[in-house]
Amino acid sequence: MNTIWALAGVVIKELYRRKDFYVLFVLTALITLAAGMVNFFHDPKIVRYVKDICMLLIWISALLIAIITSARQIPAERESRTIFPLLAKPVTRGQFILGKFLGCWLASGLALLVFYVFFAIITGSREQHWPWLTYLQAIWLQWAMLAVVIALSLCSSIIAAAPSSTTTICFIVVAGILLVGGHLNTVALHQTQPLQAVFYTIYFLIPHLEWFDIRDIVVYDWRLIPWGDLFLATLYAAAYAGLFLLLTWLGFRRKSLNT
Amino acid sequence: MKASPYLVLALLLAVCFTLATGLQPRATTWSNRSKSDNVFSVLFGDGRRLFANQFFTMADVYFHSGYYPSIFDLRDQGTKEIVAESHGHTDSPEDEKKEDFLGQPKDWIDRFGRHFRIAEHTHLAHSNEREILPWLRLAADMDPQKIETYTVGAYFMREHLNQPREAEAFLREGLRNNPDSYEILFELGRLFYENDHDTSHTRNLWQLALYKWLKLDPEAAKENKLAFEEITVNLANLERDAGNYPDAIRWLQAAQKVSPAPGALQQQIDAINAKMAPPTNAPAPPLH
Repeated sequence: MNTIWALAGVVIKELYRRKDFYVLFVLTALITLAAGMVNFFHDPKIVRYVKDICMLLIWISALLIAIITSARQIPAERESRTIFPLLAKPVTRGQFILGKFLGCWLASGLALLVFYVFFAIITGSREQHWPWLTYLQAIWLQWAMLAVVIALSLCSSIIAAAPSSTTTICFIVVAGILLVGGHLNTVALHQTQPLQAVFYTIYFLIPHLEWFDIRDIVVYDWRLIPWGDLFLATLYAAAYAGLFLLLTWLGFRRKSLNT
Repeated sequence: MKASPYLVLALLLAVCFTLATGLQPRATTWSNRSKSDNVFSVLFGDGRRLFANQFFTMADVYFHSGYYPSIFDLRDQGTKEIVAESHGHTDSPEDEKKEDFLGQPKDWIDRFGRHFRIAEHTHLAHSNEREILPWLRLAADMDPQKIETYTVGAYFMREHLNQPREAEAFLREGLRNNPDSYEILFELGRLFYENDHDTSHTRNLWQLALYKWLKLDPEAAKENKLAFEEITVNLANLERDAGNYPDAIRWLQAAQKVSPAPGALQQQIDAINAKMAPPTNAPAPPLH
């Protein structure tokens, strides 16, 4: 376990050494503050559009950080040949993958925490109330979803030729699931066979990441999600993350390390 | 002689500045774009209308707290509820059923997924209606000719947010952009009648609205008969409340010509006629 934590620590250090996070955070902050300064009909209590914009930017930024960070982990180690001394130590390939996953996941969690603290300060200063439990549920679900995305990205980085192609593929897949994944059953109903079966198969196979997007609940101050459902969703995310990590390990354990 | 690069730079800057001062007034007359006072029309051209419709829809989405059909959900493209509400329409149980576009869950994924989204038809209330205003402001900026934006925005500001002066300013802005709009004139009249209780000002505005409506081409007039009825019935109510019963009857008779329910208007006419009838000295009917 110490080996996995040591590998994860390196990935976290990499996050704060690189400029990606800072650029995304500054952009998010600037756009949100600019939107918040607009005066609509002399009513200072209007706030939901600011929350909406800020949450959207947080989602985009978190996905960018998670995918870009995880997509380059294994290819970068192979390219710089640092993977050879690493695996020459008593580090198995399974530990290597788990360490990289844990590092990316924790790094994304840290970034999320900073984003949400900023969100809470900005919206709370206008609304004068802080629904902490809603924020906690939102951050937890988003972090759970990022676990699936990071595992998927690591898995793709074993197959794809370069980090750029991994990043592009992952973005298309994740955006596709978030935007249309939940509607595939409706689309399937209006298709004829065998297309209907194809749509249904995809619908039941893909991880339903759209569940974890509770931006509307945060923006519209809706009631809390039942904790039991939150727990089940966490299990669901853990199962898919585990599946993708297993596939990554299966692909990586016999892969040649020479580039 | 070798010229200093700084000197050349200064000379070039001076030439540029001189040319700019001379050319700028002429450049404004070169294209029609410069005549536009709206930055969005310069940036997007007619494409801004698409954005305006999207922003108007966003106002409706916010009014429903995000419970809104996507392009995948089948639903009649009827009137938006913010528009219906601004015309005084409230949801009946049948309407509520129509709004339940989600229906029964189709499978376990659908059922479980509904725990993580807003799956209930509600409308904003308790002054939270203010949250739709940014989208209406943007819609008005994008398409100043979209009249519904002004009438809906003004309705929510004066009726739910107690901001009649902001509502008036928004309507006047709409009127400047659409001087022939009977809808905006009518809404402005409602503001003066319901908020300021200014009968004479209201009468003038509604009569002007009616005049604008009468100037519509026959096809447009045929499609907007309900607006005619709305104006004339409100004029009738105004005259009745002011005690001008003959005028009230005249307006109701005008409304009867286009109304889908002339019988109801006849009852109102009869009620006014009864008020107008001189009191009789006939003895009261015997008690049974």
